[in-house]
Amino acid sequence: MTTSYSYDVLVLGAGLAGMRAALAAHEQGVSVAMLSKVHPVRSHSNAAQGGINAALTDRGDKWEDHAFDTVKGSDYLGDQDAIAILAEESGQDILSLEHMGVIFNRNEEGRLGTRRFGGQKKARTFFVSDFTGQAMLHVLYEQILKFQLPVFEEWFVTSLVQDDEGRCAGVVAFDIHTSQFAHFKAKAVIIAAGGLGRLFEPSTNAMICTGDGMAIAYRAGAPLMDMEMVQYHPTTLKGKGLLISEAARGEGAYLLNKHGERFMEKYAPNMMELASRDVVSRAEQIEINEGRGIDGCVLLDCRHLGQSFIQDRLRQISEEAKTFANIDLTKDPIPIRPGMHYQMGGIKTDVEGRCWDTADKWSGVQGLFAAGEVACLSLHGGNRLGANSLLDTIVFGRRAGSEAATYTKMLEELHVGDSHLVDDEAMVKELLNQKPTGDSIAKIRMDLGVTMNKNLGVFRDEEGILIAQESLRELRDRWGRVGVQNNSRVFNTSLIQALELGMMLDCAETIILGALTRTESRGAHFRTDYIARDDEDWLKHILINRDSDGTPRITYVPVRITQWTPQARVY
Amino acid sequence: MQTTFRIRRFNPESPSLAAYDQEYILETEPSDTVLDGLIKIRETIDESLTLRCSCRGSICGSCGMRINGQATLACKTKVISMVSEGGTIQIEPMKNMPIIKDLVTDMDGFWKKIREVQPWLQPKGPHPKGEYVASSESMDHLTGVMGCIMCGVCVSDCTVLEVDRQFLGPAALAKAYRFVADPRDGQAKTRLFELNKLGGMWDCTRCMECVEVCPKGVGAMDRIMALRAKGMEKHVPSTCGSRHAEVFEDLIRQKGVLDEPMLALRTFGLRNIPTLMSYIPMMLRAFIRGKVPKTGFFHHAIPGIRDIQRLFHKMRESK
Repeated sequence: MTTSYSYDVLVLGAGLAGMRAALAAHEQGVSVAMLSKVHPVRSHSNAAQGGINAALTDRGDKWEDHAFDTVKGSDYLGDQDAIAILAEESGQDILSLEHMGVIFNRNEEGRLGTRRFGGQKKARTFFVSDFTGQAMLHVLYEQILKFQLPVFEEWFVTSLVQDDEGRCAGVVAFDIHTSQFAHFKAKAVIIAAGGLGRLFEPSTNAMICTGDGMAIAYRAGAPLMDMEMVQYHPTTLKGKGLLISEAARGEGAYLLNKHGERFMEKYAPNMMELASRDVVSRAEQIEINEGRGIDGCVLLDCRHLGQSFIQDRLRQISEEAKTFANIDLTKDPIPIRPGMHYQMGGIKTDVEGRCWDTADKWSGVQGLFAAGEVACLSLHGGNRLGANSLLDTIVFGRRAGSEAATYTKMLEELHVGDSHLVDDEAMVKELLNQKPTGDSIAKIRMDLGVTMNKNLGVFRDEEGILIAQESLRELRDRWGRVGVQNNSRVFNTSLIQALELGMMLDCAETIILGALTRTESRGAHFRTDYIARDDEDWLKHILINRDSDGTPRITYVPVRITQWTPQARVY
Repeated sequence: MQTTFRIRRFNPESPSLAAYDQEYILETEPSDTVLDGLIKIRETIDESLTLRCSCRGSICGSCGMRINGQATLACKTKVISMVSEGGTIQIEPMKNMPIIKDLVTDMDGFWKKIREVQPWLQPKGPHPKGEYVASSESMDHLTGVMGCIMCGVCVSDCTVLEVDRQFLGPAALAKAYRFVADPRDGQAKTRLFELNKLGGMWDCTRCMECVEVCPKGVGAMDRIMALRAKGMEKHVPSTCGSRHAEVFEDLIRQKGVLDEPMLALRTFGLRNIPTLMSYIPMMLRAFIRGKVPKTGFFHHAIPGIRDIQRLFHKMRESK
């Protein structure tokens, strides 16, 4: 017999956006549950180190300034109405977090303290040492415990369920502990499943960041938007690509080339190391490519900050440098390089988190919502500012949760059969029964990661993108034949990895296609064969829908520009 | 370098249901962590090896396990720090919790204890319009304990939990401290009264294991000691634990030496006859082995006790 659960609102993912959405939906009095492939505090929101932005008016900062920095940071691809909401509502959301218990750093008067971050003219980043994401994540989880919201931990979602009218009506998922499938009925589903960093090798992202949320939405007919906009963070460690927070530069660290020069002088004379991330990453890559790096890296120098300052404000990265690079930040500069970090693109949503257009200008899936890295409003456009991602999860997680709850109140029970469940169970069975081919999930994933990093990294051109497209075809073919050499029903991590790889391959398709289509350079998307930004033709978003026969279809929607006319971007 | 990974395995689907050790010989790089090694095994030798892992950077808390007999995060432990060329590294699941499969443990019990301390901020009255005003020091102080990533490593190696399943354990008590020490929380006293009960803050034996194994420097035991001190300040009902501390101090002040029989007598109370009786055999053994002072069963004050009392006085004053 099939197990089945029923809620008004079901949230996929229990990181910051997911938990914030669940709390907001709960406040509206509807029934809500969360479903996540890991325990909530294991979510990747943990890894956000530096802080969360907000312009607090009572201390002389204007939300318009924060909004403008964000618009400029996005290289004018961000939708200005969404950015205005982000900036305007940020102050209240920071205060709510503080009231919930986040132990934000204080200034001398005992009020909230700030630090500087990249791409912004003012210090408006609130923080908890350099583990702000973790501190927020654990506090939101405390709230989940307080309100006793159900969390299905270590469940894996295989697909979205839709009714006859195409409305989202829940999901099919299985319990990782038993491999038992269940049907989760819901009037609204909020996807808050995070990013897709593992498509790239190396990446700062955790191993769980495999684009599941984007892939299941895409498969169900929702459009993915601006998927070519992949952020490379300027300071990642060589090897596995672990992140060194922007907080280091925010607090005054320098970037040096092998001659000991602060090379950012050449690229961003005013903002120097604190120019936006795409600009700094490109500058570093140029230094490295032109032979002024050291072993494929440049240097991040914190020595002048002093030991006690580093201990207080940069504790986590100082430990990280010691553990993973064997470097004492107080004594030596640390080699770093640009590394894949964040997906600006994602499931197209409106400012209420809806993944369908109430005005019918683009086609999505009714009843589906999204928030956080998985979503694309677009807030971040071509390049996200540091410390805007935490803010995104909190503001738009709350809005999506609230709107989803309102939406379900107007809705009768949805009726769906269990054909999705039968299909997914069969698909898993087939994976488990494949004959060994000598190939492996790990090899295919590694090949995908290397290809993506090589051809869709800081610099791109048509030739490289086409190579990636060709290898994606081969990788898909290999994935179709590989199978899982482990047919355990208890905690089968090979099965999970196989399913995740399937999701990653679908996401890769949209990144490659987006990058090929956008014949200009904007934000993180830099085409060496089209080096200029082209506002005439490309002030628009690329939406990719999957047709019923499986082919991707491209449509465009214009960027929403309200008060900030695009101008040249100089830092 | 070549290393042997000896891994404790357990498969709940196998008919025998017995854990066993399996060895894998692996080529590792100097930069490799134990987690890198385990992933290499899973990717190139044995897909069935099961573990939790995610961030690779000691922040998600997924990969707690025991390496050469001590719990830690696999992603934080370098292979070369644990074993030399050609040697063997022993990897087992965490203790004090049921095993689901191989290195994956069931953490439901862990979370149940976290929930028991009501781990959410409970301010007195409505929120202020702006933020709570709190000193920079108080918030900085809390970052130390808020750094806890709930990996379970301290609970795995807690020596009290090994014999007493009711003990809240280091992680839950550290979490409780995070609220007791938060100036914004209004329930410190209620919390301390709860923690004063059996299984709470007085059941730690101060073995230091949790401090030693914690990958984030949370210092759970130190937080437990701070809870005790705060509890006594708030006059929680006396327990053997708090009386032990008070009587200990009092005896030293009176006699300048630890009078153990008197310590037991006054800690347990004269009316607690069954407990006191249970100490008689031990006392007899001590007597037979000549461990009872010649001056009698109880100690007298040492010469120079005045100096010690002056020290006490000075310390009180400086507080």
